[in-house]
Parts: sequence; C-alpha cells; structure tokens
Amino acid sequence: MRQLAEYTLREEGGARTVALSGPLTVAGVGWLDAELRKVAGPIETVDLSGVTAIDTVGAWIAWRLARDCGGEITGESEEARRLIEAVSPSENEAPVAAPRAELVERVPEAVGDLVVGLAQGSVGVVAFLGSILLGAWQIIRSPSRFRGKAVVRQLELVGVSALGIIGLMSFLVGIVIAQQGAVQLEQFGAEVYTVNLTGRLAMRELGVLMTAIMVAGRSGSAFAAQLGTMKLTEEVDAMRTIGVSPVEALVIPRVIATVVMMPLLGFYAAVLAIIGGAFISELALGLPFMTFLLRIQEVVPIKDLWVGLIKAPFFGLIIALAGCYQGMQVKANAEEVGLRTTQAVVQAIFMVIVLDAFFAVFFTKIGWG
Amino acid sequence: MADETRGAQGDAFDPPPVALSGRNLPVTPEHPIVVEDLTTAFGEHVIHQGLSLTVNRGEILGVVGGSGTGKSVLMRSIIGLQVPEEGSITVLGRSITDAQDDDDIDIRSRWGVLFQGGALFSTLTVGENVEVPLKEFYPEIGDTLRREIARYKVMLSGLPEDAANKYPSELSGGMRKRAGLARALALDPELLFLDEPTAGLDPIGASAFDRLTKELQETLGLTVFLITHDLDTLYEICDRVAVLADRKVIAVGTIPELLAMDHPWIQEYFNGPRGRAARDSRDRAERSDANRGS
Repeated sequence: MRQLAEYTLREEGGARTVALSGPLTVAGVGWLDAELRKVAGPIETVDLSGVTAIDTVGAWIAWRLARDCGGEITGESEEARRLIEAVSPSENEAPVAAPRAELVERVPEAVGDLVVGLAQGSVGVVAFLGSILLGAWQIIRSPSRFRGKAVVRQLELVGVSALGIIGLMSFLVGIVIAQQGAVQLEQFGAEVYTVNLTGRLAMRELGVLMTAIMVAGRSGSAFAAQLGTMKLTEEVDAMRTIGVSPVEALVIPRVIATVVMMPLLGFYAAVLAIIGGAFISELALGLPFMTFLLRIQEVVPIKDLWVGLIKAPFFGLIIALAGCYQGMQVKANAEEVGLRTTQAVVQAIFMVIVLDAFFAVFFTKIGWG
Repeated sequence: MADETRGAQGDAFDPPPVALSGRNLPVTPEHPIVVEDLTTAFGEHVIHQGLSLTVNRGEILGVVGGSGTGKSVLMRSIIGLQVPEEGSITVLGRSITDAQDDDDIDIRSRWGVLFQGGALFSTLTVGENVEVPLKEFYPEIGDTLRREIARYKVMLSGLPEDAANKYPSELSGGMRKRAGLARALALDPELLFLDEPTAGLDPIGASAFDRLTKELQETLGLTVFLITHDLDTLYEICDRVAVLADRKVIAVGTIPELLAMDHPWIQEYFNGPRGRAARDSRDRAERSDANRGS
C-alpha cells in the first residue's frame, strides 16, 4: 500500500495555515494536488514540518501553493529548501503540447493542406519520374555507373524470394476459379468450359493482377520503409555528399528489378493458377490433369498471354515508383515511415487496378478480347 | 581494488536509514548497484567475464574503457535490457537477473536513463516525452500538475521552457540530450544512467552539461552511473572512475588512485596527451579558484 500525502487547513485569528504532511513525493501527491487546487482564498503559511519525504514534485506543489495563495513556506527541511529553490525559476507558462488551433480554423486548414498536398504531390511524382529518367540517361551515357550488383540483389529480393508465396497463392486461386466456375457452368451442362474460364482468366487478368498486389505488399512496402529509414538516419544525405546519386544507387535498381520481375512473376503465377485448376478438375470434376493442360493449349489464344505480359511491366513501374517516391518523402520521424509505407502500398494497388481497367477496355477495343 | 569493492557488498541488503535526505520511502540502499561475476556474450563473442562492480550511494561513478569493451552493454545489463549469461545484478536492493516482468515495474520508476542519442519519442513534443513516464506510473496525477511537472523538468535540465512544446526533430543535438535528461528525471529517480552524455557536444556545451549533472546530483541527491569518453568529465565531476578492460572492471577508484596503478591501458589513458591536457586544465581551474578565494 502506498502512503499518501495529506493536508490540513487551520485557521487562527483570520490567518490560515495549510499544513502538509506525509511523503510529498511523486508517488503520493496525485490526490493531494487535486484537493489543494480547490483551496481558495489567501493563505498565510504553508507548513511543511510534517513532511516525511520530499522530491521535486512535492517541492513544486508546495511552492505553487505558496505562490498562488500568497503565503509563506515554513518548517521546511534543508532538502526541501534546496528543491524549492531548484524548481522555483519555472515560469510555467509555455504549453507542453504543440499549439493547436480552434476547430473552425483547423477544418479549413486541413482541407487546404489536403488540396495543396495533392497538387504538390502530383508535381512531386512528375519531378521524381523526371529525376529517374535523368538518372537513367546518365547511366546510358556512362554505362560504368550502372549498378549491376544492386540490380541483381533487388531481382532476387523482388522476384526469386517471392516465388514461394506467389506460387502458393496462384495455385489456390486457380483451384477456387476452376471449382466455383465448374459449379456454375454445370447448370448449363458446360463444365468443359471450366478450362477456358481458368486458362483465359489466369493469363489475361488474375495472374498479373494478383502478382501486382502481392509485389506491392511485399516489395513496394519494403522500398518505402527502407528508403524512409535511410532518409531518417541521413544515409541518403551521406550518399549525396560522397557524390553518389541516391536515384542511381537506390531508386533505379529497384525500378529495374520490379519492371523486369513483374512479367516473369505474372507468367509464373498464371501457370501455377492453371496447374491449380487442373489439379482440382482431376480431383473433383472428373477431368484428368493432363487433359486439362492439353485443352488449355487449344482454348487459350496466344493474345491472352501477350495481354498479361504487356500489362505487367507497367504495374511493376507503378509499384516501384510509389514505394521509392513515398520512401524518399520521409522527413521527420518514425511515424512518418509507417504512414508513407501504407500510402505506398495503397497508392500502388489503387493505381494498378485503375490501369488494369484501362487496359481491359483498350485490349477489347483493338480486338484482343 | 576490485577485491575491496566486492568486500563491501555484505551490507548492500541492509541499508541504514538515510541521514538528512528525507527520501526514506523507499530507501536508497548503501550500494544502489551491485554487479557480481557478470558474464555476457553475444553468441561466441564474450563481452564480460566475471565482471564485478559496486556503486556507492550518492556518487557519480564514471565508467571508461576502450571502444568495444562493453560499457553500454554493462549499462543495458544493469537496467535489464540485456540478459546476462551468468552472474547477478542487484539494483536498489532488487535482483535484476531473477526479476520477473511484473517486479520490474516498481524499480523502473526509481531510475532514469539517458541513451546515447537521446532516444526521445519522435512523434511527441519534449514536454509530452517527459509526461510519458508520469502517465505510465502515476495515472492519478492530474493533467494540470503533469503539465507543470513536465515544464519545470524541462527547465531543470537547462532548456528554455518553451522548448517543451517543440518536437525532437526541431532541436539541436545538445538540446536533444538535455530533453532526454528531462525525461530521465521525470519520476525524480534515485539512480541516473547517462550513456556518453557529452559525446557530440561542443566543449562549452559539454562542460555546461557536466555542471548540470553535478548540480542535479547534488540538489536531487542522485546516484549517477556515467559512461563517458570525455576526460574532462572524469576530472570535473566524477567521484570515482571504473575502468573496463580485458572483459572486466580492472580498477575502481578516484583518479589519483588510478594514476598510481601501473596497468598499461590506464597509464596510456590518463597520461596520454588528452589525459594530460584534461588534468592541466583541471589544475588551472583549481588554481584560479584558490586565487579568487585568497
């Protein structure tokens, strides 16, 4: 049980005395402080003779009481006097929290910030894209500046180490499409078209789209967090001072790796989805595994493969741009790294889906439907 | 020297009542930190082996040692962030090495730690940083009082009071150290751990920080565990100095005592050009004080 500080209010011939007693320390004064703030009117003396222990918090409470009520401190120990002297220069007028405006000002300000931020953000993205193109041009002019090792490392991180999870995900998605498709098509006696459904969907849309979402979550977020942390620890600034361009060293390898890896991963995902479909058709639909695969060759036109492969590098570019751009925008603190990482993933997935919709319409219009 | 300090550990658990200092609840033991036969290792790499160290109440103990001798690791072990392989650590009469998580709570409110980089919470203002431990340990303290406490702590640590509503990223390195000190002092601790407080400060700022440490130690009756590379700090404010080398504390004592030893590292450390310069400046300061006095 914690011992608490107490106080008594004495009145002798109009002169009021507040006597504090017990341990006047941070552990014991929470209640006392609330009570003392209710004491109104002038006080002649603040008596500390009953205080058994004191720290700066206790000293502050006694001193504040004496200051606010115009009283005098008596009966204090040597230690108490020293502590009171130490805390008394505090004016205690500055607020602790950062200044905060009224609601009526805050709301328009937030809206304004959002609009300005959006405009600046768009300019920023364009400028970022420009700096990447400039960096790429530099590398083309002097190919010795191309960072092969960094690119290979990123290729591994973005591509090779994602094979497992993307493969498993696509395999399962393939199973779901084939199985659910078969249930619906059965009503028309057209189960055999399950092959068309699975094959075309996997090649045109799902393989690439699911891969893009997975890469955005895995690598886009990693780019933002890595670059953001490097900005915070001033590694990016250090690079600049050494004469290494952060765009060349950090951004371009990541962009190249993602752009190169996306079509490969997309194709891989599509193949795994088809295998998943074949697997479930053997088990549940009575269509043998090899027959399913052979039918794929007949029913999926080569155009579908191109549709998927053409989209993939664009998706990769969007993911890498969003991740690197958000990472390089980090300035202040650790919280911002998290915020920027989230934004990178959300923006990347959103932009990928918007672009996918445009591609869908585009390819249908040019007769690749 | 190490044997002598170990001999004193017998009465570490039987603290006499504190004279004058009214802080008799809870009492600071005679030896707030007792480390016995500590062994720490990262995998195969052994940092400490059979390290023993006793800190006396009310002293400023400087801890020195070459880079990589495990000064910070020792501090992290003492405050329970690093679990040792072997040995026992007793802080304020409580065993850190045997402690369960729940027991730690009470003892954590009785020490303050200043990390090397300040380790301020970057999303909070300086004042809010100081409020965090107060909120955590004493939720019954009202908002107004907590704000007032935060502000005078900021003032005590030598910052202007309006620094309380600034974010750490808006402060200079030296101010960040002071803000970290304000947070370390938030709960009026009995024990203060400082990890290279003057590293990266300019000489004027460093000596001001030294004076501040000394002042606070005297005013608040603190025991200070101070890791440093700064010879001036050692000469100016440390009561005793512990030297880490060869995986243990090879010597503890006042600087004259250490100078009398013939360990090569100690001799090189204190008698090297920087050591001599620090001693000279100390002597000069003492002479000018004496002249002023006469």
